[in-house]
Amino acid sequence: MIERPGAAGRRGPGSGALDRTISDVPLNSVYGPDDLAGLDVATDLAWPGEYPYTRGIHRNGYRDRLWTMRQFAGFGNAAQTNERYHFLLEHGQHGLSVAFDMPTLMGYDSDAPQARGEVGKCGVAIDSLADMEVLFDGIDMGDITTSMTINGPACIALAQYIAAAEKKGIPRAKLGGTIQADILKEYIAQKEWIFPPRPHMRIIVDMIQFCTVQMPKWNTISISGYHIREAGSTAAQELAFTLADGFAYVEACTAAGMDVDSFAPRLSFFFNSHIDFFEEIAKFRAARRIYARHMREKYGARNPRSWQLRFHTQTAGCSATAQQPENNIVRVAFEAMAAVLGGTQSLHTNSMDEVLALPTEKSVEIALRTQQVLAYETNVTNVADPLGGSYFVEALTDEMERQAESYFAQIAEYGGVIEAIEAGFFQREIADASYRYQRSIETRDRVVVGVNAFAHEEETENIDLLRIGIEMERAQAAAVQDLRGRRDDAAISRSLERLQAACRDPKDNLMPHLIDCANAYCTEGEIVEAMAGVYGRYVERAVL
Amino acid sequence: MNDRPLRVVIAKAGLDGHDRGAKVIARALRDAGMEVIYTGLFQTPEQIVQTAIQEDADGIGLSILSGAHMTLFPLVVEQLRAQDAGDIVFFGGGTIPPEDARRLKELGVREIFTPGAPLQAIVDFVRSECGKRRTPA
Repeated sequence: MIERPGAAGRRGPGSGALDRTISDVPLNSVYGPDDLAGLDVATDLAWPGEYPYTRGIHRNGYRDRLWTMRQFAGFGNAAQTNERYHFLLEHGQHGLSVAFDMPTLMGYDSDAPQARGEVGKCGVAIDSLADMEVLFDGIDMGDITTSMTINGPACIALAQYIAAAEKKGIPRAKLGGTIQADILKEYIAQKEWIFPPRPHMRIIVDMIQFCTVQMPKWNTISISGYHIREAGSTAAQELAFTLADGFAYVEACTAAGMDVDSFAPRLSFFFNSHIDFFEEIAKFRAARRIYARHMREKYGARNPRSWQLRFHTQTAGCSATAQQPENNIVRVAFEAMAAVLGGTQSLHTNSMDEVLALPTEKSVEIALRTQQVLAYETNVTNVADPLGGSYFVEALTDEMERQAESYFAQIAEYGGVIEAIEAGFFQREIADASYRYQRSIETRDRVVVGVNAFAHEEETENIDLLRIGIEMERAQAAAVQDLRGRRDDAAISRSLERLQAACRDPKDNLMPHLIDCANAYCTEGEIVEAMAGVYGRYVERAVL
Repeated sequence: MNDRPLRVVIAKAGLDGHDRGAKVIARALRDAGMEVIYTGLFQTPEQIVQTAIQEDADGIGLSILSGAHMTLFPLVVEQLRAQDAGDIVFFGGGTIPPEDARRLKELGVREIFTPGAPLQAIVDFVRSECGKRRTPA
């Protein structure tokens, strides 16, 4: 065995971070054969396309099919967002991705007092089927795939989507896409919940059951680490907490009597791609291996599709800086490349100005072009898992798996994910990690270019920003009030009463009732109110 | 003269669940020896100001990353005036474009910190401004 060379290091800003990743995983200065001593190539790596899929789920990597370039978009009202969708589709984007505004995400109509100042700001305002119809106007819903990022009221948005498509004559069985619907990470990190965890889990099981039977092209849930990472977690926490959530859904569905192979092939994941290049690649590779092993060995899945972790990636919003925002273009390019070398199935690249406001058309175009340069010019797509066998990447992949398994053991000690949420475990772990990270920037152990090093004396502020005016909020609030005046009130009450009855009856699937409510043009706020009448609303005990 | 530590309310308003920044600031102020009351999420401007008054706080730090800052910051300023608490040092942070930050400062928000602001700068600001409140001229 050759001896490992020693490591001297440079001094100065950032030197405190030389011997560890951004997540504080210790690093050697060089890796060699002894770092792979515990690795069994046949069972731990295999070939791309083979169990445990460490090297990817496709034998030919991206040769047969590139990742899907999917830019998340939504702002203002449905008509404005519809216009942006037409723009994106005309510029070569493959699928749509809906960003909803905060009131929609939290289950409030645009005229609710809680919605003031928030309408159309972070995404598009969708109060009822009427808005959903405008959102997809002129778009062939049977031809595109749509990803909807919504969680608490996901069942309502899905019902509206189905209703909008069926009004155009497109049957639900033809609809392709994904809805996030991952409520567990809301309690852990993103905080967009409505009901308490246990009834929310029932809603999700109902959605998965419904889609399994009636929507063969729909990915039922997108289990998300993105927001966990944005909230300040480490890479290993993102990996472990997300997979733990995924396994909790698998357990909930099997407990409801579903066969694991009936639903698992349509579960998908959503990860963050942060700035620590190799750590991210290791995280993606470890995710696939851990998932495959658990699905096969612990949950007894027999269909290889159930073992394959498929994932969407978004570059890290939290790595972007308000200072010298053009530098974010470069960060995004590196993060996107990490996602591709990690084998992502689809990708959103952030726009440089998102740290300041919603992105302009120009910056969205640069972000999409970044993916196109990566896909068509760099040739990183020519060979499947090009980093497989790298001493460093394999050692780091092992380390990620080891840390994730250690977290699984801690979560099990609490009694499961919901119990750990109730105990504030995840929230505390994330808050600790995010504070440690912020401190390391403060002490200049870590360098953030343009922020704590290489900063300009005076920031120039000449970048164009997209603004959503208050007029939009007033118009949207007026529109939903106008809608309420034009409906068949008897049909509204009838459909809401049936929905409430279904909420009380765990054997009745909620989805058909929600579709009825959508078709009657019940507003989202009305539907949520009816459901909260049975389930109550969640209140978090804040953890500092 | 009052020797007890400076007391600051760190608040989240509206429907915005992004609490990473608020929690980091809360811990940094606490580590700097101040007493910090974190309101938790989804507070109304009325609730935030009431909390500050009840807790006899020297300052309020409001964090908004949802784009609703031009609505919610002015509502807190208004509440502070309405409840005769205009001497409480009101500052904030979040994804707030520079032009909006200028307008908010004109409206009476003492300082706006945007992503990348050093923790030490925030701690220094709070110590100095809230300290002035303790020793009226």
